[in-house]
Amino acid sequence: MEVKSHLSNRPLNQGLMLTLKQASGQSVARCYQCGKCSAGCPLSGEMDYPPSQILRMLQLDLPGLEEKALGSQTIWLCLSCETCLARCPQEVDLPRIMDFLREESLRRGQAHPSAKRIISFHRAFLDSVEFTGRLFEVGLIADYKARQPQSAFQDVLMAPRLFLRGKLSLIPHLIPGRSAVARIFRKVRETESKK
Amino acid sequence: MKWGYFPGCSLLGSARELRESLLAVAGKAGIELQEIPDWNCCGATAAHNVSRLLAVALPGRILALAEKAGMKEVVVPCSACYNRLAVARHELAADEHLREQVKALVEMDYRGDVKLVNLLEMLAIVLGKDAGLKVEKPFAHQVACYYGCLLVRPPKVLKFDRPEDPQAMDELMRKIGAEPIAWPDKVECCGAGLSVSRTDLVAKLSSRILASAVKRGAEAMIVACPMCHANLDMRREDITRLTGEHYSLPVVYLTQAVGLALGLSEKDLGLHRHLVKVVFPAQPKPAPPPQPPAEKKPAEAAEE
Amino acid sequence: MSRIGVFICHCGENIAGTVDVVKAAQAAAQFPGVVQGAEYKYMCSDPGQSLIKEAIREKKLTGVVVAACSPRMHEPTFRRACAEAGLNPFLCEMANIREHCSWVHEKSEATTRKATELIRIMVEKVKRNKPLYPIKVPVTKTALVLGGGIAGIQAALDVANAGHQVILVEKDPSIGGHMLQLSETFPTLDCSQCILTPRMVEVAQHPNITLYSYSELESVEGFIGNFKVKIRKKARGVDEKLCTGCGICSQKCPKKKIPSEFDAGLGKRTAIYVPCPQAIPNKPVIDRANCTYYLKGKCKACEKFCPRQAIRFDQKDELVEAEVGAIVAATGFDILQTRDFPEYGYGQSQDIINGLQFERLASASGPTLGAIKRPSDGKEPETVVFIACAGSRDQAKGIPYCSKICCMYTAKHAMLYKHKVHHGKAYVFYMDIRAGGKMYEEFVRRAIEEDGVIYVRGRVSRIYEEDGKLVVKGADTLLGAQPVEIRADLVVLATAMVANPDAEALAQKLRVSYDPYHFLSEAHPKLRPVETNTGGIFLAGACQAPKDIPEAVAQASGAAAKVSALFSSSELSREPVIAVVNRTAPPIFSTCTACFLCEKVCPYQAIEREEIKDRKGNVLKVAAKVNQGLCQGCGTCVALCRVKAIDLQGFSNEQVYAEMMAV
Repeated sequence: MEVKSHLSNRPLNQGLMLTLKQASGQSVARCYQCGKCSAGCPLSGEMDYPPSQILRMLQLDLPGLEEKALGSQTIWLCLSCETCLARCPQEVDLPRIMDFLREESLRRGQAHPSAKRIISFHRAFLDSVEFTGRLFEVGLIADYKARQPQSAFQDVLMAPRLFLRGKLSLIPHLIPGRSAVARIFRKVRETESKK
Repeated sequence: MKWGYFPGCSLLGSARELRESLLAVAGKAGIELQEIPDWNCCGATAAHNVSRLLAVALPGRILALAEKAGMKEVVVPCSACYNRLAVARHELAADEHLREQVKALVEMDYRGDVKLVNLLEMLAIVLGKDAGLKVEKPFAHQVACYYGCLLVRPPKVLKFDRPEDPQAMDELMRKIGAEPIAWPDKVECCGAGLSVSRTDLVAKLSSRILASAVKRGAEAMIVACPMCHANLDMRREDITRLTGEHYSLPVVYLTQAVGLALGLSEKDLGLHRHLVKVVFPAQPKPAPPPQPPAEKKPAEAAEE
Repeated sequence: MSRIGVFICHCGENIAGTVDVVKAAQAAAQFPGVVQGAEYKYMCSDPGQSLIKEAIREKKLTGVVVAACSPRMHEPTFRRACAEAGLNPFLCEMANIREHCSWVHEKSEATTRKATELIRIMVEKVKRNKPLYPIKVPVTKTALVLGGGIAGIQAALDVANAGHQVILVEKDPSIGGHMLQLSETFPTLDCSQCILTPRMVEVAQHPNITLYSYSELESVEGFIGNFKVKIRKKARGVDEKLCTGCGICSQKCPKKKIPSEFDAGLGKRTAIYVPCPQAIPNKPVIDRANCTYYLKGKCKACEKFCPRQAIRFDQKDELVEAEVGAIVAATGFDILQTRDFPEYGYGQSQDIINGLQFERLASASGPTLGAIKRPSDGKEPETVVFIACAGSRDQAKGIPYCSKICCMYTAKHAMLYKHKVHHGKAYVFYMDIRAGGKMYEEFVRRAIEEDGVIYVRGRVSRIYEEDGKLVVKGADTLLGAQPVEIRADLVVLATAMVANPDAEALAQKLRVSYDPYHFLSEAHPKLRPVETNTGGIFLAGACQAPKDIPEAVAQASGAAAKVSALFSSSELSREPVIAVVNRTAPPIFSTCTACFLCEKVCPYQAIEREEIKDRKGNVLKVAAKVNQGLCQGCGTCVALCRVKAIDLQGFSNEQVYAEMMAV
């Protein structure tokens, strides 16, 4: 039977815990694994790893565990409801750490396959904002369905109901400063590709 | 009275009735709401899920525009927008390097002195003593005040009300003649931004919230956030389909409830736009046992 | 002619590693007035001290400078060595070339030069040192013990048994403290009241102990061996000399529903009351805030029925003055209340209680006579959840420390519950088990292995009420942080131990230091746990830090030993580093102009006004005079005196100016 060694042979300070500290100021050593976050998280029962376990994977400075965290469903199911931070006795900013892990997971292309729909939704949302300066709901749905063809028939019955109640705006709002907004997106992409 | 105003994208589309009821109530109170010129989307859930810099830059642009327009305070009716703007403002105040980065990205100056006013704070002023408004039709129903997760958390940044069992909305509802129930799910998340991509999870979470309110005698759920409204109202059929539970509890925006109490019409307040019909039972339900006040002093407990 | 000896210590590598001590010794030997410059590896050792003693004898030294560590470490060592060799100890000074030089600089020429300069400064000072002799002050052999809990009781008994007088002051109507509220104590499960009450009776009957109950410390003045204290005896409303403790007054009192402090809010008491059946003294107190007579002017039932006419409604607080030589602070602790927990409902649920409240439930003299019952409906709980670390180890709540006793008493509570409700289910949510005392680990194992208490490792995120039960949402971190939900009938929070709300005010009255959590500070965390930095004031019990009963008792006996040592002679030696106002021959008597600016600024109120009289008793001059017992040698008066009539022995103006000029 294979025994997994827990001793990291990677030199100190090259792992995710350091990048995390630099990017967010959060130190994973503060967490003493009490589990209060997992206990109060609305979706911890649905996740492959409860939130406190994700943090544990960052505490041992092991690349294998870090990849497990980055490839988990957890980070994409996280609702950013901030319940964990509100209750954490050590004031560990877990929502911030989740944001970091999501960004890192996309950068490395390691997102969990089941999170495709969620990521597509975020991308479709941001595409709309980049183009018009605001969210164009119909455009968002169309973009999302294009990325996720299996959801083509999702909510189709709802659309006419919303339209009849005047809640579906068919024309996008193009703000005067949309090119300025597009520039923000472009410059952010440039900055991030340099990392 | 003139205030700055950040509608947020949903108020232009799926949360139209929030915009209508907000403007109607503001109009009645003599408050002029001036939209921030050229305002953009705050980025909501999507931005901070994929890019931290973007998540601060988009709200940063909005705040910079508000400053440029000379606005001292800005009303933000959507809880998600309010949360993103407040968090961005907090981070920009704490991190000078970030501030410079964002100023360069938005191509504007930024000082960080705009005050953000959420829906509850605005309505507290509207119904306050100084406003002089009278409650013409008391909203005499038992209600479940649903704050959602983003109005009171993170507590150290927003510093608004108690993070567990908040009371601001309950007080406002009492002022207009309603009876808020005591219930444990006031700030439990409804499923937030997963409404489209994981409707099954939203159904689960929202169903629990509805069940908890109905069980404790609520005749309506009062909300202050378009996302919560969407999950609890627009997704009602999905909830029935995915969980097998059927609820008829109407979900009413806080501004609509206040508007009704101030004598405005259902049409003006957009009540007909909801997917779940807003009707109340003919017979008012019997009152639940008296709710204990928030804090009990030892001297009060002494009885004769 | 000065004949100074300079001795430089290597301090192993501590000094020699950065300072060239040989070079410094050679340089020092060349200073004017210095007849010897030596260096040695460890000056504080026996051979090191012998070096100094031999030099004093052989070279007839008139002063010694030891260049080594901080005087706070070894000044007494070297001064004693000099005294043994026949040199007045105050002619020996230390130059700090460790904390002030070698420990804060890198090895270099400049560092050695700095060390040499520091030595030069001290040499110049010592040239002007005068021999000084210790000051003797009398010691009042009475101790004041503040707090009548187990620590205060133990300290009082130990000091009294050593043959000294003790004044014990307790702010509650009865002594006994929190220990009297407990039902059983770990790890033996002894009945708490059974082991405590004999001590309480001993205190009440001891001829050397004067007990002031329902009293508080009003003010403290003075200094070690010579404190003047004022004690406020709060008005009970009852003449204690007449009262027999029969209890008729409580029976007849119409106000019966006041939450009882002794029962931690779970039981009720009357407005005139004795806190519990074992109270000592067994005399009632009238709670003026709730008594109908004080509120509305009516009733007086107690007065009507008292067979001894002992009720005195117009009794006033009495101020008692006393002189004591030592003070022991044993004022105990408090714990967080359930309303301090937002995620557990802000204390709104009656069935979420804290540790002390559970003790009262379990206690045979408690509101339920020892039966475990839900406070809301009186039913026996079938499932009880105990939550450890409620508020402790919690940065977000401002309490990062561990409260030490909760792991043990939680195990105890779970065991007591299982002993009384055999079919009940007990769960404990914990983070770690801290059971370091004697027989403690075995005690916790007993709870788990024999009494069937289920331990779940994880914290509880929130608790809310549903259908008459309490829904407890926790996590099991040993099962991968799996969420765990338990529907309990009763929840017991092991809340954090905190300082008393008036601990800060007391510390300021006593002028002792305290930490950010308002626990009183010991003089040294390792080696001086029962003393404070204020001479004559000692600590015992949980007012210093969270601790259990055996530790409190041990610390109390330790404090009592210190008090007894202090009282072992009738005089106390004081360091003569104090201020002195000059006196000279008539007709001048003193250059003091009697402006008394010194009196105004002295933080210790040590300046007195002396009337200098002739033989007939006519006052010739008024001049300032320093009280040798009170002066702490801070030097504020010396700095302020416009005519330089006041000077500091051991740090005179001349000495200090010489040091400055030597740089």
